Amino acid sequence: MVTPTAKILVQDLRLAYGAREVIHGISFDIRQNEIFGIIGPAQSGKTSLLRCINRTIDFSPDATVTGTLLVDGEDVRQTRNVYELRRKIGMVAPLPVGLPLTIYDNVAFAPRCAGVRAKSDLDGLVEKCLTQAALWDEVKDRLDSLGTKLSGGQQQRLTIARALSHQPEVLCLDEFSIAIDPVTTMRIEDVLKELRKEITIILVTNLVQQARRLADRTMFLWNGDIVELDRNEVIFSEQPASRKTYEYVHGIFG
Amino acid sequence: MMFTETPFVRVKLRRQAVAKWAFFAMAVSMIVPLLLIIAYLVERAMPSLSLEFLVAVPAKGMKEGGIWPALVGTIYLVVISLAVAAPIGVLAAVYLNEYAKDNWFNRLINLAVINLAGVPSIVHALFGLGAFVYAAQFGYSIISASLTLAIMTMPVIIASTREALASVPRSFREACWNVGATRWQTIRAIVLPNSISGILTGIILQVSRTAGETAPVMFTGAVFFKAVKSGDLFPYGLGDQCMALSMHLYTLSTQVPGVKESIPYATAVVLLGSVLLVNAAAIALRVWLRNRKKW
Repeated sequence: MVTPTAKILVQDLRLAYGAREVIHGISFDIRQNEIFGIIGPAQSGKTSLLRCINRTIDFSPDATVTGTLLVDGEDVRQTRNVYELRRKIGMVAPLPVGLPLTIYDNVAFAPRCAGVRAKSDLDGLVEKCLTQAALWDEVKDRLDSLGTKLSGGQQQRLTIARALSHQPEVLCLDEFSIAIDPVTTMRIEDVLKELRKEITIILVTNLVQQARRLADRTMFLWNGDIVELDRNEVIFSEQPASRKTYEYVHGIFG
Repeated sequence: MMFTETPFVRVKLRRQAVAKWAFFAMAVSMIVPLLLIIAYLVERAMPSLSLEFLVAVPAKGMKEGGIWPALVGTIYLVVISLAVAAPIGVLAAVYLNEYAKDNWFNRLINLAVINLAGVPSIVHALFGLGAFVYAAQFGYSIISASLTLAIMTMPVIIASTREALASVPRSFREACWNVGATRWQTIRAIVLPNSISGILTGIILQVSRTAGETAPVMFTGAVFFKAVKSGDLFPYGLGDQCMALSMHLYTLSTQVPGVKESIPYATAVVLLGSVLLVNAAAIALRVWLRNRKKW
């Protein structure tokens, strides 16, 4: 299913931790400006897949990756500037991580690392990202208080603001809603619907309904293999290609 | 629901009480020797204890007078040895904790650090004698003694610094890496600012250890007596030999017949007092920085 507009192209990707292979040669593509859902139970390789895309898999010394993984046609595994790659790919982890810095510095951290120094540029970025993450109104009067003192839901939005602060072209969300309340979740989902106009979003989620609400296409991973990947209308219909998909999305097995 | 005291519950509660009191007694018993030592020393030292004792030089073949040359000598040794050991130790610890991959070479370094920390000080003393006094031809001098002490404290500083670094959650590092920060940017912005209290405490605790060691300085640069002006802040050059409190206490107690009885005790009080003072400073620093902790 290779299309000319593929933002990310994965071919025969395999990942092993030591001798244990956790992703068994999967191939798919992610298109420009789509929300790409990834569902599947624990241990199906969802998080590991994201870590391959932004090369944080490098921090697991026993991991071996083979296959092809292209972002904008460039081979991620061969890229010379891994920091540039990570700036291109925003990453939001399952648990909110407010860095022990002020709210302002949390968001300004990545631009500063990339060499942005001018106060006015940073101010603009901080406001823009916090607004995009639906947090600006709540924190605009206390930008110099600690990010770690915010509530869980606020910290998760701060994490999203931080992931947007390096102006990524792809935003990966790894079960972003497991530590936050439903109202905040809905607010962030609205944010994502806005963001898809500008960037490509990969949404890893345990909540089948969340993928159904947000994604254009959804991939069902199971033990490191793709069971099915299709448009949401098919995946969540009464007749997906695989019986397993039907049972999973309808909660017939776990 | 009513709380009913079955025999099982009674036994359980009694055991709990016994355990608690046993642990408490052990904890309290730790204070007793310390208080006894301090009380005994201060009582014996009383006749000599004064500000004058600190700044005066020994007189009449060290049978009378003060301890100024030894006090300044110890300060020299502590400051110079830590000025060498702390930067090297901290940088090595940052490498080992933040950069080093788990391979045979880094395991070897780790093993060396752990074993170096366990080497008795008298062995360090002999090493310092061979390496700095003779091989490097620094002679018996402050620089030889300080470097010997530095070698001795470095592995401990590495260990305490690594512990401080490891207390910063890994999730912070990952969050930084995810936004394209290099390891160094992560260390600079997040890891060091949040572990500096532990790092400093570890270094300060080495002050008291350095001040108290006798063998390493005795072998490499401390002398029995050195003529120095009372209250002179910079009496020594790096290549000079110096007096040191620990060694001074040793010589007063064993080598000087007829010394006024309270003088060795007063020397011990000064040594112990400065150690306690430094440790208290370390604790205060730790508390202050912990209150500023950001997560």
